[in-house]
Amino acid sequence: MELDAKIPAGPLAEKWDNHKFNSKLVAPQNRRKFSIIVIGTGLAGGAAAATLGEMGYNVKSFCFQDSARRAHSIAAQGGINAAKNYKNDGDSVYRLFYDTIKGGDYRSREANVYRLAQISRNIIDQCAAQGVPFAREYGGLLDNRSFGGAQVSRTFYARGQTGQQLELGAYQALMRQVELGSVELHTRHEMLDLVVAGGRAVGVIVRDLVTGEVQSHSAHAVVLASGGYNNAFYLSTGAKGCNVTATWRAHRKGAYFANPCFTQIHPTCIPVSGDYQSKLTLMSESLRNDGRVWTASVTGETREPGDIPEAERDYFLERRYPSFGNLVPRDVASRAAKKVVDDGFGVGTIHNGVYLDFSDAMKRLGRATIEQRYGNLFDMYAKITGDDPYKTPMRIYPAAHYAMGGLWVDYNLMSNLPGLFVAGEANFSDHGANRLGASALMQGLADGYFVLPATIAGELANQLGSAPVSTSDPAFREAEEAVRERVAHLVGIKGEHSADHYHRKLGRILWDYCGMARTTEGLTKAIDEIGELREDFWKNLKIIGDGAGFNQSLERAGRVADFFELGELMCRDALNREESCGGHFREEHQTPDGEALRDDENFAYVAAWEFAGVGKPETLHKEQLEFEYAHPTQRSYK
Amino acid sequence: MNLSLTLKVWRQNGPSDEGRFETYQANEINDHMSFLEMLDVVNEQLLSENKEPIAFDHDCREGICGSCGVVINGTPHGPNAATTTCQLHMRYFKSGDTITVEPWRARAFPIIKDLVVDRGAFDKIIQSGGFITAPTGGAQEANLTLVPKSVADIAMDAAACIGCGACVAACPNGAAQLFTSAKVSHLNVLPQGQPERWARVTSMVDTMETYFGSCTNFGECEAVCPAGISLDFIARMNRDYLKAKFKDRRSQIRQVDVADGA
Repeated sequence: MELDAKIPAGPLAEKWDNHKFNSKLVAPQNRRKFSIIVIGTGLAGGAAAATLGEMGYNVKSFCFQDSARRAHSIAAQGGINAAKNYKNDGDSVYRLFYDTIKGGDYRSREANVYRLAQISRNIIDQCAAQGVPFAREYGGLLDNRSFGGAQVSRTFYARGQTGQQLELGAYQALMRQVELGSVELHTRHEMLDLVVAGGRAVGVIVRDLVTGEVQSHSAHAVVLASGGYNNAFYLSTGAKGCNVTATWRAHRKGAYFANPCFTQIHPTCIPVSGDYQSKLTLMSESLRNDGRVWTASVTGETREPGDIPEAERDYFLERRYPSFGNLVPRDVASRAAKKVVDDGFGVGTIHNGVYLDFSDAMKRLGRATIEQRYGNLFDMYAKITGDDPYKTPMRIYPAAHYAMGGLWVDYNLMSNLPGLFVAGEANFSDHGANRLGASALMQGLADGYFVLPATIAGELANQLGSAPVSTSDPAFREAEEAVRERVAHLVGIKGEHSADHYHRKLGRILWDYCGMARTTEGLTKAIDEIGELREDFWKNLKIIGDGAGFNQSLERAGRVADFFELGELMCRDALNREESCGGHFREEHQTPDGEALRDDENFAYVAAWEFAGVGKPETLHKEQLEFEYAHPTQRSYK
Repeated sequence: MNLSLTLKVWRQNGPSDEGRFETYQANEINDHMSFLEMLDVVNEQLLSENKEPIAFDHDCREGICGSCGVVINGTPHGPNAATTTCQLHMRYFKSGDTITVEPWRARAFPIIKDLVVDRGAFDKIIQSGGFITAPTGGAQEANLTLVPKSVADIAMDAAACIGCGACVAACPNGAAQLFTSAKVSHLNVLPQGQPERWARVTSMVDTMETYFGSCTNFGECEAVCPAGISLDFIARMNRDYLKAKFKDRRSQIRQVDVADGA
């Protein structure tokens, strides 16, 4: 099938405005005739549901958490980028566009990224109007900080809790619509299937996680804003509940999954301390503004950091990348840390991390300033590790953090299935092969507040006068039955091991072979191992209790089952992409000094995969990427 | 270092079940584990004995989502100040300790199962007025509204609330003043929040009163709050509530109408 991204014609800077003018609209008095389902209440889903409700559509919003406020956007720490140029340091929409394309290693769409950079400015206005307590200068103006991959200061922040504050802004706007009756909110409901009739997405099947009831909901359009899939790695910075089920179920019903191997490993997380570990905690990238990353210059170092003299430390990021120093993009910083640890220079009792040291900044700025900038992060670090980062350097190591890949969407954020829209981290998005820091919040809110509410009308307008497909239609009956059978199957296995047992093993395979460095040999091995493990899962899974009520083991098992299928596709995609770019590093393809080596001639495309059955190689569809403005160059941060 | 612990955990099948404590042994608990990781280990153990795992709410496990929260030895979120259950680590316990684990207990938070409660009443408070009406697209350039740094800092201190419900669980009256006042204060101190200031506080406090008990200034809420929300915000909310009551009733009603888009 030909993938048409529907990129509007005309000059880059005019595409979005022209497109909005040329698109069909739904008049205010007609909007109440349309119903829209939104899955997820994070920045993208919360913002979309609130805005669509405000516009007059009938919205049904679903989240698996107990409150819409708890979606994992809430945990984003550092900030949100916007091309406001408040710091007068040469920023512009074009520069944010350019930085994002380059940061993504030339694997994203120019038109989408330019639109994102344009909208970034409206987001800040919108959020400030909602009362998001952004950091301020003494005169009352908004403050900014720097983030990786940019040489300007364009990141807006609310202490180390920017995601929390933006999420609460969206949540509050959403709850206002709930009160007004335009949004019907269903918490503790999980989407377990997409319903497709006549080639269109017409609704969803959800399970009420409290009662176990399986329900059908139909609508004129379905929006998936269900987040990313980095929990495939088991240990990640994601929340325990983050999962791929909503998007994977849609994929199984025909929606293409794009660039699944593009996953981001974040450089600054607290290293693993034992087998029981349930998640990894991120230490915000903003810390690299004032923290210096170093490790010992000899292998097997056992001295305390304070006892290692300056001359025996290796500030490896500053050494290798003098112009960006500690603020190189995430993929570059992660690989550099992996290299020193793999080579035996790691620090800590099990030599599995590097130092992030604030002692110079403390001397230069004083403890009070450091406390003001990073106080909550330092506290969090101290709570988890028992060490005081004001006195001793933090120990950090990369961890799975974000999924650039996701369901394929066109310029309107619609998937290849008409009526199915995908927003935020759940789509394959605007970040190419690597996302820059403080750009996830920007993209989630751009999609939710501005893009989707504008583009969804073009699709709805065609359906004016037609009612949504009835939930008594065979398509709903069959999908509901399939969900019930699957639940019954999972609880009926009655084997030996918990879902977590399998999830941990799957995560280990993906981390070892489809993590920061990948090879043909490793990926092939991983595909075999995942297949075997998946078969064992379906034979030996153990769940206590049934599907008739609140059952967290069952919830987890369903999600792990989908991670198996996704994990295999991640490996197949990584195997197919015979180049290195951004977060995807194939050891066979690197420059003499170990940097990612792209192959623009053969791989400047989006790999969109079509489901072909469990355990079967999927069908590849390519969307060629054109670069008219930002010409691909070897990415250098030296 | 490994710990051996005795756990007394509240088990309850559903809202109408009576519930009871069950005792479990938790051995070889690594002191670097978080409290929830310790519960994960106990759950694996229960599964291997064909017993139903303990249900508990949790998600981000980094202290920000507000999902988790159990009463540990009588204190919501356990012994450490300004710490959520997921951020509480086992190094603060001793081998041989007996630890009692219970759900939030409050009339407004019915138990769903074991340690899981329904905190939907918090959402009701927010939807009754915990927002600034700012439909998407209509916002002016952000820097046209100056917010003095000191005001932004107070707003942020209040906005840091994670909505976990520990304040209610700690309160002998099951009151939600700390939660409600944090949101009222966040929005009512900001210039952007002024147009709806009086309607907001009236509506949120009245909604709160329909679900929760009354505040009698015990201060237990502040002591257990993982986000460090100050009692001062309750004073601020009470002052605004009182002021709102003395405002011209007609202008107040008009404000409510405008807020509702009528």
